[in-house]
Amino acid sequence: MKNFFQHLICLCLFVAGQSSAQVLDLGVISGNEGSLPIAVVPMAYQGKMTAPELQVSDVIRADLNRSGQFRSMAEASLIARPSRGSEVRFNDWRLAKQDFLVVGRVVDDSQGLYRIEYELYDVAKQERMLGLSLTSRAKGLRDVSHQIADQIYEKILGVRGAFWTRIAYVTANGVGKNIKYSLMVADSDGMNPQTVVTYSEPLLSPAWSPDGRKLAYVSFERGNSTIYVQELNTGAREVLASFKGINGAPAFSPDGRRMAMTLSKSGNPEIYVMDLATRSLTQVTNHYSIDTEAVWTADGQSLVFTSDRGGRPQLYQVSANGGEPRRVSFSGDSNAKASVSYDGKRIASAQGKGSVYRVSILDVASGSWQSLSPGNLDESPSFAPNASMLLYANKEGRRGVLYAVSADGRVRQRIVLADGDVREPAWGPFRQK
Amino acid sequence: MKTTSRVLVALAVCLAMVACTKKVKTDDNANSNNNAGADSGAQTNPMTEDGMYGPEDLDTDACLRQRVIYFDFDQDNLKPEFQAAIACHAKYLRDRPSARMTLEGHADERGTREYNLGLGERRGNAVSAAVQGSGGSASQQTVTSLGEERPTCLDSTEDCWSKNRRVEISYSSK
Repeated sequence: MKNFFQHLICLCLFVAGQSSAQVLDLGVISGNEGSLPIAVVPMAYQGKMTAPELQVSDVIRADLNRSGQFRSMAEASLIARPSRGSEVRFNDWRLAKQDFLVVGRVVDDSQGLYRIEYELYDVAKQERMLGLSLTSRAKGLRDVSHQIADQIYEKILGVRGAFWTRIAYVTANGVGKNIKYSLMVADSDGMNPQTVVTYSEPLLSPAWSPDGRKLAYVSFERGNSTIYVQELNTGAREVLASFKGINGAPAFSPDGRRMAMTLSKSGNPEIYVMDLATRSLTQVTNHYSIDTEAVWTADGQSLVFTSDRGGRPQLYQVSANGGEPRRVSFSGDSNAKASVSYDGKRIASAQGKGSVYRVSILDVASGSWQSLSPGNLDESPSFAPNASMLLYANKEGRRGVLYAVSADGRVRQRIVLADGDVREPAWGPFRQK
Repeated sequence: MKTTSRVLVALAVCLAMVACTKKVKTDDNANSNNNAGADSGAQTNPMTEDGMYGPEDLDTDACLRQRVIYFDFDQDNLKPEFQAAIACHAKYLRDRPSARMTLEGHADERGTREYNLGLGERRGNAVSAAVQGSGGSASQQTVTSLGEERPTCLDSTEDCWSKNRRVEISYSSK
């Protein structure tokens, strides 16, 4: 019996150790003054099964805070814990300066499922804005929590929420010959990280298919850069491009039928578009400069890419069928690695001034720029599918870390792997239910 | 006088006969050695012409031992101090047509990873062009780029960056 308990303790320590090594450590960095106050009351379990370990309200609260659009009341400061609208004393919440209130409960559904019933209230109007229920297995409660946060976000702001999405990124662990590179996929808050591929040679430039089922990426496992496409559910993958020279910067077209990429098989890096059904290539750029990092505009008609044809790297736009590129960025010494918002209104870039690189956003209509990050080596911006937030990479000492930042730059949150170096974030598309 | 000339003739004939027998004997020895195979303990050496590089020079020759060419930030033009090393490696390729050289281009961490892949390749191509300019054949060279993915130095300082902006010369076949 004693032996059994020793084993149990060992097992628990092992599990705990593993999760702490894998889970991304999140911490809010900067304030969210001027955002909407919302109280999310813990949703008590009122069923007869084992109470779920995950507190749904914790996930919702963290999501809303991270967006920069909301500041949710700390759990310890909550003035009451109603679980349904009939128990709410609106005047108390009004005096506590809350604009919105979320209450709910977790009950048993059929066949061992949980059902989360929740309501969103406008405190001043004392009006119910939402009253919904979602069912889930215990394992799926994180997903459901993100879906609830999305519903609340959309109801109040009129913009689709992007909390129930995934992010891809690359980690490097170990030094010298023991270094291991991994392509990872996690929930948008960094939780639930899963390894997509691991190798001892560098991995970079993950790119999502528009349906979220595949990742394209660049691997050096063949010695030279090679573009792979991997099915996430099965792990099956294929080589898409392995020409002489560089095979880099893959980007799926919005309809998922074409892939923009950088190839230097002609002797110089140029942008190409591959038809994924026939594998036929169309050369888009033809210039002795470095042309790379093409991303698509939402209409699938044109590409925004990095080129140093003007001397230093800047962003250019060109028709996906080729033609004369037009320069897009005229600020900073350099601009590279564009991320275009879903509506095409904003372009994020890693902007260099001297040896300082920061994430900046171009408002396309006005041509004005806003710097979003305060670091020295910030790069790889990636818009969320609703363009409300971005991910980017930064270096702290010798270690790469990721940040999530609201698109207005007010709220930043560090997302860092407990051990190792994190880089190359790519925010995935909206998920399909 | 007549006697002396007869003696000389006889001597000459004798010497000739001795020489003949000796020659035959040497040939026999050589044949038997061949039949015995290569384990005779004899050392064979390839002929070297004066001034031609051999594989051992890659480890011993001060000029050929220079295998890293460094660059300025976002630049691919060769600095004058590396011309000598490039000329030596070009001569090595000329001297050894079976040799195969790999030029691996690298960049420092500033700038994006994909742009730096391009920059690393550009630097590799610049070294390859210079080697060709000194008579090294393009068919003996392969250029690859690792961009900023394989730094030799990890700090975010100019000292480190200057060590990472480089082309590494290696020989896949010596």
